Amino acid sequence: MTARIRRMQLSGPVLAAGMAALSLILPETAHSAGLSSPFPSWPGWQEILRVLTLQDYNTRVVVIGTTLLGMAAGLVGTFLLLRKRALLSDALSHATLPGIAIAFILMTLLGGDGKNLLGLIAGAAFFSVLGTASVILIQRYSRLKDDAALGIVLSSYFGLGIALLGIATRMEAGNAAGLTSFIYGKTASMLLMDALLIAGAALASALFCILFFKEFALICFDGEYAASQGWPVTRLDFLMMTLAVVVTVIGLQAVGLILVVALLIIPPSAARFWTHNLRHMLWISGAFGAVSGLVGSGMSALMANLPAGAVIVLTASMVFLVSMILGSARGLLKTGLERRRLQRKIARENLLRALYEWIESCSGDADAASCILEEVPIEAMLARRSWTSAELRGTLHRLAAEGLVRRESPETCALTPEGWTAARRVVRNHRLWEAYLITRADIAPGQVDWGADEIEHILDPEMIQTLEKMLPETPVDAVPESPHPIAPPQGAV
Amino acid sequence: MGRPLPANTVFRKRCRKAADMQTPEANDKTAGVPPREASHRRSSQGAPNPGRGPGNGPDIMPDAIDDATAPLSVKDLTVAYQRKPVLWDVELTLPEGRLIAVVGPNGAGKSTLIKAILGLVPRASGRVSIYGKPYEAQRHLVGYVPQRESVDWDFPVNALDVVAMGFYRKIGWLRPVTRSHRLAAVKELEKVGMADYAHRQISQLSGGQQQRIFLARALAQDARIYFMDEPFAGVDTATERAIIALLKDLKASGKTCVVVHHDLQTVPTYFDHVVLLNMRVVAHGPTEAVFTEENLKKTYGGRLTLLSQAFYELSKDPRLPRGTKGSQE
Repeated sequence: MTARIRRMQLSGPVLAAGMAALSLILPETAHSAGLSSPFPSWPGWQEILRVLTLQDYNTRVVVIGTTLLGMAAGLVGTFLLLRKRALLSDALSHATLPGIAIAFILMTLLGGDGKNLLGLIAGAAFFSVLGTASVILIQRYSRLKDDAALGIVLSSYFGLGIALLGIATRMEAGNAAGLTSFIYGKTASMLLMDALLIAGAALASALFCILFFKEFALICFDGEYAASQGWPVTRLDFLMMTLAVVVTVIGLQAVGLILVVALLIIPPSAARFWTHNLRHMLWISGAFGAVSGLVGSGMSALMANLPAGAVIVLTASMVFLVSMILGSARGLLKTGLERRRLQRKIARENLLRALYEWIESCSGDADAASCILEEVPIEAMLARRSWTSAELRGTLHRLAAEGLVRRESPETCALTPEGWTAARRVVRNHRLWEAYLITRADIAPGQVDWGADEIEHILDPEMIQTLEKMLPETPVDAVPESPHPIAPPQGAV
Repeated sequence: MGRPLPANTVFRKRCRKAADMQTPEANDKTAGVPPREASHRRSSQGAPNPGRGPGNGPDIMPDAIDDATAPLSVKDLTVAYQRKPVLWDVELTLPEGRLIAVVGPNGAGKSTLIKAILGLVPRASGRVSIYGKPYEAQRHLVGYVPQRESVDWDFPVNALDVVAMGFYRKIGWLRPVTRSHRLAAVKELEKVGMADYAHRQISQLSGGQQQRIFLARALAQDARIYFMDEPFAGVDTATERAIIALLKDLKASGKTCVVVHHDLQTVPTYFDHVVLLNMRVVAHGPTEAVFTEENLKKTYGGRLTLLSQAFYELSKDPRLPRGTKGSQE
């Protein structure tokens, strides 16, 4: 179950990035299609400066509006993601389209301005609540799985919206042109009024996220426990979904209903790679959202044929990609390095033990003197475990660099006194664990080597002490005999 | 179905001894009395007379439990998922200051019983009272330890944050967790031997350590009755010992603990009161009297296949509305 949710969360950003890339080339969004070159031209430094310092009135409105929108979406999205509702917001945003169309038709029929923003937003909000309710009802009263419920509601409402939009554009009265900009977003049409509305709503939802931090965190982590304590989980959920509706609806104009979900999912997903602390995650996510809004709308202001919504989402996607790789808490690079370090540690200990046991079985004993004298052919080591020649030589090389192994000729190696001490410790741990498995866990002596092989590398000093206490027959500071025959030295003497 | 009974002789002896002094309501069950009627008789008779035999001293057998003061009283509780009944006519009155095990086979409704008491699953019928008042009014007296698997341990919080959740009700709406709450949370962590792990991210804790975090969170609630859902499931010996010590402490300070337990062998050593559950209450009372081989056979044995078959057939009947207990008609 959690695996599926995790997959869903991951597929969110990837999907959104794809949609953003697609909307870059779609004709509806190329609002400057009349220009001679279809490719964006790079702006000069002066233009960049103008946008960055918000000298342009129009740019100022748009940039501030989208930055605040990004921040609010990042904050609200954090809780949605942790409540495992991230994809529900996708159904929610798609459900706004019929609301927009119906609001337009009604307002036009009533003789008003069909494109009154407040009216359109009210319609969108109403239908997004309707869409969310539909998903929850289907989940509760049918045995359908969540993903199916989401897919059905999302596509049904979107289909209804497209159909109603078709009717709206053919209406005698009113001018429905521009309504489609809600699908892909169009920042250029943003007015001061719109920007103020976005700013106000964004600040309000950010405030709610901070005020209800404790309550939201509790229901996200353990809803049943929250309910047992008497917290009104359903009402808190409702508040959280209301915030999602607010962000979605004010994001329609800037980013468009297809891509607005990206602003809710991508920043928190990216933030999770940087921290294990919820409070930090919330702020990082808000910052990522704000940066995406700022950079995205700024770039689209500089390059007239780049649609802002798509650029905002693509910026967020870039932030996500960088976070996934470089994230300081759980980025791929960090986890990859940790895994390699563990693998090397295991290879090192395996080789030390193989060297020690080879010498032991050759000379019957493995005291310091014989160990240090004994030249071990690398061929023999290769046969002992299933490692490749390259792996073995790499490990030998690192052991030599540590000063644990001497290399006199390319075909042999020998333990140094330090190497002997280290190998002795490794072998002792291994055999202690084997003894434990045989005496305490009733594992046949022939089977223990494999079991000990896995565990011995993660034994910490504390566990070794416990083992020593449990196995009093083992003399202190001595290597017990192996409970099973060690493979005879092949390729030797 | 179910686990094999422990075969050691000590256990047998204990069972035989207990069977000799079996309480009247336990005998009722053998006679195949319908559960409803039997439970009525039980509640009218109250708890058995103390001092009927050796080992039956007043410290084990409580005086007749008064519903108005009992830490937990469940009347006529039926719970159904979809249309399939999971719990059937549960009648239960538990004494104060005891360690109470809820025992039964898989799918017997042990977790559901606790969730229904806490109002986490809808009740098809029935009343639950805590110290004589409805649960909703007595939440501050109740601590809850959910099953460890019920949450996502990848959540971005540390052990201290989780324990502090036990204070949230006391902190109240919108107010933040303060330094004094964090210090108090460390104290709770100390009680379960986890103070060194306070700032460890919860995904980096072992299963037993996670369980102890949950216990510390419940302790933070400072309740009078604790409900614990399988706290011993899949934990290491250190955690098992820590939980037992904790339960004894709680008992010594007069708290009541209701623990869903799956290991029959340890029931007589850990708990002084047992509820045997298999969709209905098979028997409940002091461990010595109720935890008998015969009662266990009734709980785990094949006799109930007929009952579950009936439930299953019932659940397919389209005439019945959702979540009703149809066999009453």
